[in-house]
Formats: sequence, structure tokens, C-alpha cells
Amino acid sequence: MNNRLEEYLIEKGLFITAISSILIILLIITFIFIEGFPAIESYGVLNFVFGSTWAPLKGEFGVLTMIVGTLGITFLALALAVPLSLLCAIFMAEIAPSSMRRILKPVIETLAAIPSVVYGFFGLIVLVPLMREQFGGTGFSMLTASVILMVMILPTIISVSEDALRSIPYEYKEASLALGATQWQTIKNVIFPAAIPGVITGIILGMGRAIGETLAVIMVAGNVTQFPSSVLDPVRALTSNIAIEMGYATGMHYNALFGTAIVLFFMIIFLLVLANYFHYKKKVVIGGGYL
Amino acid sequence: MNRIEVENLNVYFEEAHILKDNNIKIPKNTVTSLIGPSGCGKSTFIRTLNRMNDLISGFRKEGSIFFDGKEIYEPDVDVVELRKKVGMVFQKPNPFPKSILDNVAYGLKVHGINDKDVVEERVEESLKSAALWDEVKDKLDKSAMGLSGGQQQRLCIARTIAIEPEVILMDEPCSALDPISTTKIEDLIHKLKKEYTIVIVTHNMQQATRVSKHTAFFLHGEIVEIGRTDKLFMEPEDKRTEDYITGRFG
Repeated sequence: MNNRLEEYLIEKGLFITAISSILIILLIITFIFIEGFPAIESYGVLNFVFGSTWAPLKGEFGVLTMIVGTLGITFLALALAVPLSLLCAIFMAEIAPSSMRRILKPVIETLAAIPSVVYGFFGLIVLVPLMREQFGGTGFSMLTASVILMVMILPTIISVSEDALRSIPYEYKEASLALGATQWQTIKNVIFPAAIPGVITGIILGMGRAIGETLAVIMVAGNVTQFPSSVLDPVRALTSNIAIEMGYATGMHYNALFGTAIVLFFMIIFLLVLANYFHYKKKVVIGGGYL
Repeated sequence: MNRIEVENLNVYFEEAHILKDNNIKIPKNTVTSLIGPSGCGKSTFIRTLNRMNDLISGFRKEGSIFFDGKEIYEPDVDVVELRKKVGMVFQKPNPFPKSILDNVAYGLKVHGINDKDVVEERVEESLKSAALWDEVKDKLDKSAMGLSGGQQQRLCIARTIAIEPEVILMDEPCSALDPISTTKIEDLIHKLKKEYTIVIVTHNMQQATRVSKHTAFFLHGEIVEIGRTDKLFMEPEDKRTEDYITGRFG
């Protein structure tokens, strides 16, 4: 009897814990929608999302420049980070001797633990002047932000991809080598393709971090609400918009910042669904076989 | 004529002395069985013949292994070329997570054979030799992971013979299979021995008597006895061999 009571309490306890974390998230989302909706409604959904003028004093709230800014920074950061991290993960998982790996792995994971303000500060002091000297302009740009973000998402992608590569059964590697394949052929044709689902997970996680990163981006991106004509132009991200203006926003301006959060929310949901679609639904096709 | 000659082979992993003074001659186009209790070094021995142990850290060997008269551990030997000539089938069927066609074509591809007609012809030939063609000919583009264990193992054999090796090493190829699949693999071994030299590790002594001409009995890393299979099983010379085959230990 006592045992059954204990089971019952534990079961319910776990249920309540699980449900409460979901409730908290739902509560936050509800709050954001309640606060943000008036601005979107009064300015019009299409005007809000596709308007290119952000002038709170004149009552204009178009966030398209910032959507472009967020997407530009994120995908440029991914374009820089993905090749680098995949090669690094392959090196660590397949080529580096175990003594080297024992040093590399914790060092790379430490990179993920550095607070973003430190990265931002480094970007401001070192990278911005460097960009100014190399490419002209102010040095505050989409590219600068992407380079900082690249460094910030490298550890995530490397770490998850490396785990994925190492979890590929040793039998595959053995089979390939026994057929007379070289080490590189084995990595390229067998190990890496089999690890692709895990690698994609790593890229999704990196992308999530890049979209959400605020502070480091504010410090180096320039934060101008204009369409960039090149990667060297300053841009403002959606997250930056909220952080920069929330200190003094009132009235409709305040609601419009929550509206920005709603747009960000839908963008992230869209990208996650898209990524999951490639991850699960399509599976990953390797020369006609399914993983 | 001997395809493989092993002279005074000693193998160590770190400090552990795994194989002790092994001497064995494996004639061309015959089947040689390696029997013995678990942990006696049979698998280590077979993996030394195509240098798969090179991958394991702490591996060290003394003595010589000649393949067609050439020492395979000489620095100028290309391991890739060696493994092309000395193919291997593993204990657990290990097809790649690719299509059936790509599995068999894999070896051809890594050796630079890309001509579509040649590849298709070789794939068909290999699957026929491995007695798998009729079962898979309509689903070559389906994943190999959907095949049964016995079919997967025959696919692995097809994959091995697609690159036309001279020797096939089999490390307990039937231990994960049911009796019907085992019979199919054994029939296949009988067929393949006309063209290939086969070395097979087995725990199943009936299997050794069924498929092989010669048998070597391993115990604690030593080759206790080696000779014609019928003689080794009917009139073993060594007391330990007799004890093992009559089931007194192991």
C-alpha cells in the first residue's frame, strides 16, 4: 500500500513539474502576444512586417529592415561557422590522437561558457577597428557581427557534430577500411554521411543561438534601421531593437517592441520547423539508402 | 603452392602477449578453419593477415607474414592494396547504411572504378556469386538495413568479392545467424573456394568439418595443432586438441 502511494506521489509530482514548465512558457508567450498585439493591429500586420521604416516618434513601426538584419547576420555567421566547425569536428573525432582530443574538447567547450558581453567587448575593441582598417567605413557591420557570432556558435556545432561522428558504429569504419578504402575515403563516404542527422542538429542549435544573441550583436553591428547594401553595412537585429529601445519606450512604441518579439518568435518557429523537416521528414538520403 | 605463410608470429597489445610463435601455411584455393575457445587469439590472428590490427593502439608484432611470398608488414607495402587483395567478412553483418547497390559498388568506387556499366555488371556478378541476386534484384536501390541478418551477411560477402580479392578472411561469419542462413553461407563457401583462398574463424566445430580442408586449433595464443580437418577431428595428435573437440573444456 505504502509503495503504491509512493509511486502515485512520484508520478504526480513529475507530472506537475513537467506541466509547470510548459505553463510558464505559455504564460510568457501569452503575455508577449497581449502586449504586442495592439501595435501590430493598429499599424496593420502587413505594414508592420513588411514596412521598411522604423520611426517610433512619427508612429511608424516597420520591422522589415531588422528581419533582413537578423537573417543576414545569422546566415552569414552559419556560412562562416559550418565549414570550419565540421572540419574541426572531423579532425577531433577521426584524426586527432586521443591525447590531443582530451585537450581540444574541453578548450572548445569552454568557448561556449564565455559570457556574450565578453565576446561583444572583444569585437568592439579588436574586431571593429580591424574591419575599419581593412574595409573602410565605420567597422560596425553585418560582417563584424557575423564573425563574432561565428566564434560564439563554433563550440556548439563542433561539439554536437563531433559526438555524432563518434557515435557512428566502429563496424562501418572497419568495413570500409577492410575494403581497401583510405582513411579519408572512409570519412567522406561512410562516417560523415551517417552522421549527417546529428550534424544538422548541431547546426540548428547553433542557428538558434545566433538568432537569439543580442548583446554581442548590439555592440558591433551598428544598429542602423536600413537595408544593408553589402555585408559591410551596419544593420540592426530584431533582438537588438528590443534591447536598445525598451528603456525609454512608452505607449504604442512599447507595444511595438513586443510586436518585434512576436515577429522574432514566428521566425524562430518557422526556421525550427524547416530544420526539423529536413532532419526527420525527409530523412537524409545517402545514395538512395535511408538512414 | 602457399598463398599465405606465417612464420614465428608473436603479437602483443601493450604488454599482453596475445599470439605466441604461430606458424601456419595456407595453400591457394582452399578453406582453412581456425578453431579454439573464446579469447584464444583466433580473431587477432585473422586480423593480422590484412593488417586490421594496425588500427588498434598498442599493437606490436614480431615474426613474418608472407602473402604470395611478400612480407606484408614491410614499410613499402601499401596497406590499401593489401586489403584489396585480402578481403574480410566480419562477425556481425555490417552493411553500410546505403542502398544494396551502393554497398556492393562501394569497394569499386574507392578503387576508382566509376564506369556505370562496369559497376552494374560487377555488382550483379558479385551478388550472384554470393547467392543473393534473386532475392534483391528488384530492390537494389533499397536500403541494405532492411535485409535480414543472413541476407546482410551475404551482402557483405558480395561487397568483399566485388573488388576481386585473392583471399577472403571470415571472422565467425555465421555466429549471428540462424541455421538456414548458416547453411546458405556454408554452401557459398564451398562455391567460393574454387576461386578464392578462404580463412574462417569458427566456434562451431561441425562447421569446420563441413567447410574446410585444413584446421588449426588455437589455445592461449598458441597453435596447438594444425593439419587436415578430417585427421584433426578423427585422430588428434595432441591431448589438448582431443579434450577440446570432445567437449571437455572450452
